[in-house]
Amino acid sequence: MIAQKRIENAALTALTLVAGAIWIFPLYWAFVTSIRTENRVVSDQAGLLPDEFNLSAYHDALFNSSLVHWYVNSIGTSLIITAIVLLTGMMCAYAISQMNFPGRRLLYGVVLGSFMVPAQVLVVPQFMLMNDLGLINKWGGIILPQLVVPVVIIVYKQFFDAVPKEMKEAVVLDGGSDYTMLFKVYLPLNWGITTALAIITFISSWNAFLWPFLVITTEDMMTIPVGLTQVNDAFGVAYARLMSVALLGAAPVAIAYLIFQKRVTEAVMISSGVKG
Amino acid sequence: MAMIRNQRRHRLVAYSLILPFVAIFSLVFAYPIVEVIRLSFTNATLIGGGEWVGLQNYRELLSDKLFYTSLKNNGYFVLLTVVPTTAIALGIALMVQRLSGRLQALALALFFLPYILPVSVVTQIWAWMLDFQFGVLQPVLELIAGKPIPVFKNPHWVMPMVALVTIWWTNGFNVLLLLAGLRNIPQDLYEASALDGANRRQQFARITWPLLWPVVALVLTLQLILQLKLFDQVYLLSEGGPFNSSYVLLLMVYREAFQQNNGGYAAAISLVVFLLIVTVSVLQYQLLRIRGRK
Repeated sequence: MIAQKRIENAALTALTLVAGAIWIFPLYWAFVTSIRTENRVVSDQAGLLPDEFNLSAYHDALFNSSLVHWYVNSIGTSLIITAIVLLTGMMCAYAISQMNFPGRRLLYGVVLGSFMVPAQVLVVPQFMLMNDLGLINKWGGIILPQLVVPVVIIVYKQFFDAVPKEMKEAVVLDGGSDYTMLFKVYLPLNWGITTALAIITFISSWNAFLWPFLVITTEDMMTIPVGLTQVNDAFGVAYARLMSVALLGAAPVAIAYLIFQKRVTEAVMISSGVKG
Repeated sequence: MAMIRNQRRHRLVAYSLILPFVAIFSLVFAYPIVEVIRLSFTNATLIGGGEWVGLQNYRELLSDKLFYTSLKNNGYFVLLTVVPTTAIALGIALMVQRLSGRLQALALALFFLPYILPVSVVTQIWAWMLDFQFGVLQPVLELIAGKPIPVFKNPHWVMPMVALVTIWWTNGFNVLLLLAGLRNIPQDLYEASALDGANRRQQFARITWPLLWPVVALVLTLQLILQLKLFDQVYLLSEGGPFNSSYVLLLMVYREAFQQNNGGYAAAISLVVFLLIVTVSVLQYQLLRIRGRK
């Protein structure tokens, strides 16, 4: 009985890992393709195992495309978006959670309601607005419409609500203002959730496709997800180079994920409300 | 007096805290919502302006054959993705949950990694794997169909294949949610039922499934909303073709606004998409909740 159970468990574990290996195969295949020469990639002898180690595709990707521009644009806009979303979100959430003012309930209702509006249905008026503001093909144009992330306020509010009242009284007795309270007490108490929200916001703006795709018109202003779509046209049929650009574009976030796996996992769970 | 002054100061501080968010929100979210409604009653171009045309855009939409094709394709795509991805994610979550420590972290990473890739990376890789001439998956397709198939240029294969790519890309998110749900189920329920002689299948039917149902319902609802918003993958893989067989509503918005310069008409389609998503998701959520209570 026990022996049978042990075999069953081992078999299930093996099955899980095999399924995982199949699931990750596309990335493996992209990597194998990227380290081959273009001739090898399309030859009949190209097997499933890596048989060449040739970095010329990566060399081409880095030096014969605008990839470096795209990195700068993606990193710059994503960092700015993350910083502004978190700062404005925590300020707003603090006021909703800890302060009393006319319109507080209405504001929170609007935040919750805006959760229901898919960003995609606003692209037409947003594009006109960016055009009026002269922000087409500018970082500002990429950034502005991505600054409204209601979930940040909702999550911060939940966590601020849970801070014990005694914490607050001590600061009030010392004559501290609400700004002191937020940045010296509430923020340090919630570094964990701040990191989690920063990760989520950064990843989603790093990966954003539709909006940057609409608002950017020249190749050197593109972010990585948009720029990658240009590689086809630039290289023609060149799969090794195509795959090396794709992998280089995915690398920063993928590596960050592998390093901070636990934090990312937590962040996704918290922001979707399954685990508080 | 002092109290009133204090209260006023308190309010001023509160308003200064919400001001940055409220200002940004009004400019790039609230104002566009009002605008998209107004524009849908005009014949504006992409740059704006235009004249009031009343309900003409909506009348045009109702007689636009492409609208019905898109609606049908959106529905087909929802069928191909929502329930299958939830079922697959549940299977994976159950498998991953059994493991512990590093092995679990490894297994989870394998299934979750695609979710954090930019969409264009995903489509480039799959387009290459399914390449008609050199794709590594063509032998598999040959096994199924008897011959190699240019899947994104074939009206029968295009939607199922876009669905497959989508499931591969986004499934990790569902796995995480379901895994969190599984972890919230008290372990002693399983121990107690094991003592009573319950086997794995009984435990799943009597403990896991009923307690996990709220999370499953959440995943189904989130998926429905997400898959109705299909645009990126289908634009990059097939551009709605061949013969509009993968044409969807948001592609219509894109083409009308950004290629045909019909801002007003595109705004009307956007609003219809919005209403569709809200209605369907509210309906589904209510339905799932009722089923859950029984």
